[in-house]
Amino acid sequence: MKSIRTGYYIHEGLRSIFTHGLMSFASVFIIVACLIIMGSFSLLAVNVGKIIGEFESENVILAYVDDSYSVEQGRGLGAQIEAIPNVRSAQFVSRDEAWETFTSKFEDTSRFENVDSSVIPHRFSIYVDDVELMAQTQRSIADIHGIAKVNANLLIAKGFVTIRNIVSGVSIALVAILLVISMFIMSNTIKLATFERREEIAIMKVVGATNSFIRWPFVFEGFILGLLGALFAFVAQWGIYVVVTDAIIKGQSAGFIQTIPFARAAPALCAVFVLIGLIVGVIGSSVAIRKYLKV
Amino acid sequence: MVRLHDVFKTYPNGTKALRGVTFSLESGEFAFLVGPSGSGKSTVIRMLIGEIAPTEGGIVVSGFDLTTIKPRKLPYLRRRVGVIFQDFRLIDKKTVHDNIAFAMRAVGASVKEIRRRVPYVLDLVGLDAKAKSYPPELSGGEQQRVAIARALVNNPDLIVADEPTGNLDPARSLEILTLLQKINELGTTVLVVTHEKSLVDKLSRRVIAIDDGRIISDGTGGYYGYEEY
Ligand SMILES: Nc1ncnc2c1ncn2[C@@H]1O[C@H](COP(=O)(O)OP(=O)(O)OP(=O)(O)O)[C@@H](O)[C@H]1O
Ligand SMILES: [Mg+2]
Repeated sequence: MKSIRTGYYIHEGLRSIFTHGLMSFASVFIIVACLIIMGSFSLLAVNVGKIIGEFESENVILAYVDDSYSVEQGRGLGAQIEAIPNVRSAQFVSRDEAWETFTSKFEDTSRFENVDSSVIPHRFSIYVDDVELMAQTQRSIADIHGIAKVNANLLIAKGFVTIRNIVSGVSIALVAILLVISMFIMSNTIKLATFERREEIAIMKVVGATNSFIRWPFVFEGFILGLLGALFAFVAQWGIYVVVTDAIIKGQSAGFIQTIPFARAAPALCAVFVLIGLIVGVIGSSVAIRKYLKV
Repeated sequence: MVRLHDVFKTYPNGTKALRGVTFSLESGEFAFLVGPSGSGKSTVIRMLIGEIAPTEGGIVVSGFDLTTIKPRKLPYLRRRVGVIFQDFRLIDKKTVHDNIAFAMRAVGASVKEIRRRVPYVLDLVGLDAKAKSYPPELSGGEQQRVAIARALVNNPDLIVADEPTGNLDPARSLEILTLLQKINELGTTVLVVTHEKSLVDKLSRRVIAIDDGRIISDGTGGYYGYEEY
């Protein structure tokens, strides 16, 4: 009994897709277009996030230790610094080590002959978890007794945060707008299908068909169109992404920007596409059929 | 089978279509519902199939209390009540057979049941030879017989017909009314709205007359007190 009905819904849904093929094609096309725009922005956001993350991890805070502290005393401050919530790691650099690093950058060390490491203080290289909280973290470090001065590049940190917020804000807004647009188009396609069959629907109601029985073929139609849209969009997105990232990587010699390989983003992208396609298809068709089921 | 008790219907625009209608149909009964244009006949029919709700009063059809029925239950009422309209309402791009099978499929009948039942009702209305024809290829009388077969196919307790002969010539009209009587003889309760005065007189069945939203006579025989509709 149940299987007979499911067969009926599928048959009716498929038949309807083919009887107004152009409109079905149009709605699949719109879904594909919307999904690709959504997908492109999401992938852009993910990549920007990754690149920013890399910059962030190099965005180090330097905390200078009081001149009067010995190496051991200085190193002892590390535990206090690491106890601050946003601090991921704090690496102690003694003045001798710092001096060595500094002088090693020059081929000719003769000009340093009259100076020694005592001119520079011991220091900590500190990495944070969240750049957004950098200013606060900087203050907490400065409050520690024995820390003379803290240098943090707050402006750059703020810049990163702003870029990331803009990219994700634009992506979310775009996704929302496109979702509504594709749902509207889908709903219109199904509306056309219901309009073509309004006589049949009216007769079904008169002879005692339940609303769900009438609704299912249309919902299935939306389901199939949404699924098709999602699959086409996924394949197209794949091609576009590979071409674009190849171009970016080839276009820069230094390997400065590293993109995320498509395979890594693929499962999540595919799942999201299918989910959106199905939601658009099913909700769009349910909205379209509603008016006919009232009688 | 059908019980209307002091039913009032006021349409949203204020038109008072029914002003206290009371009548009953016993199971297996046959009756005509007659009255001038605008008297409320179609309103009664639409109420019996749950298309509109009464403003006041009580209606029970085939065990369903239509004053309290939930929208979710309406399909099950409609499976008990077959409807025939003046304009046939067939699907032109389906064959006669498929038009009838469609009504069975709509209520979830199996392929096996459909195969057994459709030829039976087609035979009953005398259209077994036209099963593969399309409605536009049929005469008006034949199309109405397809509609009757469709109303009958889910084996309803009650058949209501709103001017089923309105688009037919007198000979075809008689055929249709005779067919409805035959169906009644097989056990189905039948209520027919009609303007065919001479046919109603000739068939000498129960006649319920309505005017201006009120029942003005109810008895066996002809049109009571009316000359012209
Ligand atoms: N949907 C509606 N909204 C408002 N008024 C309506 C509606 N349907 C019918 N009426 C009015 O209700 C009254 C009864 O109409 P109804 O259709 O029941 O008459 P009828 O007896 O079937 O007439 P006819 O013989 O012409 O078919 C009429 O005055 C009509 O104008
Ligand atoms: Mg009428």
